[in-house]
Amino acid sequence: MSLSKIKFDKKIVLSFWIILIALIIAAPTLLPVFRLNLLGRYLSLSIVALGVDLIWGYTGLLSLGQGIFFALGGYCAAMYLQINSSSEFPNNIPEFFALYGVEKLPFFWEPFRSSAFTFFAIWIIPALVAGLIGFLVFRNRIKGVYFSILTQASLLVFFNFFNGQQKLINGTNGLKTDVTQLFGQMVGSDSLQRIFFWITAIIVIAAWFFAKWVVKGRFGNILIGIRDDEPRVRFTGYNPVIFKTIIFSIAGGLAGISGALYTVQSGIVSPQFMTVPFSIEMVIWVAVGGRGTLLGAILGAVFINYAKSLVSEALPASWMFIQGGLFILVVTALPEGVLGWIQGDGPRNLLQRFGLRRKIETYPSLEVNNKEGINE
Amino acid sequence: MELLLDSLFNGVAIGSVLLVAALGLAIVFGLMGVINLAHGELMMLGAYTTYVTQLIFKLPIFKPFYNSYIIVSIFLAFIVSGVVGILLEKTIIRKLYGSPLETLLATWGVSLILQQFVRSVPLAYGTGLVVSLIIGLFLPASFPSKIKESINFKYFKFSSWIFAALTGVLTGSIISSSISKLSRASARNVDVTAPSWMRGQVEIIGTAFPKTRLMIIIITLISVIAIILFLNQSAWGMRIRAVTQNRQMSDCLGISTEKVDIITFGIGSGLAGVAGVAVSLLGSVGPNVGGNYIVGCFMVVVLGGVGNLLGTVLASFGIGIMTDLIGAGRLLSIWPNMPLPLSNTINFFATTSMARVMIFALIVIFLQFKPTGLFPQKGRMVES
Repeated sequence: MSLSKIKFDKKIVLSFWIILIALIIAAPTLLPVFRLNLLGRYLSLSIVALGVDLIWGYTGLLSLGQGIFFALGGYCAAMYLQINSSSEFPNNIPEFFALYGVEKLPFFWEPFRSSAFTFFAIWIIPALVAGLIGFLVFRNRIKGVYFSILTQASLLVFFNFFNGQQKLINGTNGLKTDVTQLFGQMVGSDSLQRIFFWITAIIVIAAWFFAKWVVKGRFGNILIGIRDDEPRVRFTGYNPVIFKTIIFSIAGGLAGISGALYTVQSGIVSPQFMTVPFSIEMVIWVAVGGRGTLLGAILGAVFINYAKSLVSEALPASWMFIQGGLFILVVTALPEGVLGWIQGDGPRNLLQRFGLRRKIETYPSLEVNNKEGINE
Repeated sequence: MELLLDSLFNGVAIGSVLLVAALGLAIVFGLMGVINLAHGELMMLGAYTTYVTQLIFKLPIFKPFYNSYIIVSIFLAFIVSGVVGILLEKTIIRKLYGSPLETLLATWGVSLILQQFVRSVPLAYGTGLVVSLIIGLFLPASFPSKIKESINFKYFKFSSWIFAALTGVLTGSIISSSISKLSRASARNVDVTAPSWMRGQVEIIGTAFPKTRLMIIIITLISVIAIILFLNQSAWGMRIRAVTQNRQMSDCLGISTEKVDIITFGIGSGLAGVAGVAVSLLGSVGPNVGGNYIVGCFMVVVLGGVGNLLGTVLASFGIGIMTDLIGAGRLLSIWPNMPLPLSNTINFFATTSMARVMIFALIVIFLQFKPTGLFPQKGRMVES
């Protein structure tokens, strides 16, 4: 019997949630400010991991360009914060413009004066960009590695664009958010960071339920169908392009939200969010946690990043080796990820190998027949 | 006219680096459908091989032959990258056939490890390791078949690996004691200086061309011709082409697809090493040098279509010439009095990084019309 089939008691589920919520509320008092901030960042990264899991784990599209949408969300948030705390600077525009002799605000900054616009822009702009890129690629039935390469190339394109445009968005220096004001408080201040942590925790849970809702039912079934055999889905009369575009923009939107939350907690958004390694790392969080298991994506993102910060503090040079090893190990030895391994037959096989558990005597055909109910 | 020639030459020079780098990638991708994200790092190994060869040729024994080190390093780079590639194929990629996305991730892991390896292991011992790998992989294969078929072959194999390890350690310690630059690990970029006969410029039809660029074009030309000859004239080339066209059928006809995979992967990786030599002539060499070229190579493969060398050649020169035309703002000088909005747009894109943005946009537009590249593989089947 595998873990996934165990039906948890309602009481256990309820108490699990109560403990979780209590932990979230109490976390700011339990953890020092630095660790709390790290935890908040990693939780926001788990939202982008959920998106990666939706497109890769469920639909089989390996995107190496989620950094685009992540950074776009971050830039939306940072532009709003910068422009609304620039009243004391010359020309009423953010400080860095003066460095490049820009006196007039570029036109696309204007809408970000409004908080309502920003609230929607954070997830709608990345989702639209993702939808556009996705549609152009999927329409031509470009898939598999081609899709991965094209997403990676578009990542580089966006990186080059943001990196080179000093006069528009401060180029390679990025936009700082920790010295900006929100509700009359410094964004980098402890009290506001604590609130951001709670908001992040709530949004992670909300995103988890949202993702669960997406993969449930017929829509989710079609996604899995596309992953396993796309031509067959097409021959059955569905148009995979629409489904792939929708799920890709959903993942883009999630990445945008994640980027905005990450930006306000890390204090800066810069083109570094759009480097190639960062986007591939997102995939490995999901791969280690267990693709096709939403909880695995969240746990993978949080734990791997936590491990990364711990290892990098102790032995800076070794993290690259560990990370490289993880990539290789997880695809060769643990293709389902840790959570997938636990939910599957993994633990039983391990126990059997050490002789701790008796092998189940089965005859393959017997098992199949029993399932069909023929032998009864 | 002169301007056009200049532009054409620059474009061909950029394109030839892309071509020699993408050639190996294209062959491997055409044959196995595998995208090797560590290709850039194999290039890096080739570039570092050039650097190490240069330093070794500065030793008193080799000093008289110093000017020829670049030629030697081309062969050495081919062997070094090829051997690392073969090892990669034997240990990791072979297990992942049929799942290209997983291969992509695993090779990314390999590329991380290789990068960090170059940073944190002294180059002298790195050389020693590579030497022992070369001996360990090739010595058992070079025994006469009588020994190979005997039961005791595993002892021969084992002892040759021990011999290889000892040679490696010996090489490493000799190099590290005689060349102090290689005895410490460093993440800093290193420079390869071209030998004196390759410095300066040469004049063709009234325009001066740097000799290093010409050298790169020659290297590319030779590699392309060698690969075409190998694929079309040799027995193994024929087998490779057969497996590229239809793997199952070739397997049924008695071609050892396993061997074909190893050879192809070795050659593809070796070509990455040759590309590394070319790259080392253009600028300084660092652990991240491969990353600058890898996406360009992917674009070449996507644009050129799978399993067609002509497509690869055309795509890389096309991208090279477009990069130069857009990035250096040459369109303006060719057509000086174009309308204002157009010239403003061109000025906006007239930097190297913005040229990339433009070229990618052009490639995506192109793929809307020809989704499988310039020369798609013919045949009718439901894509798998």
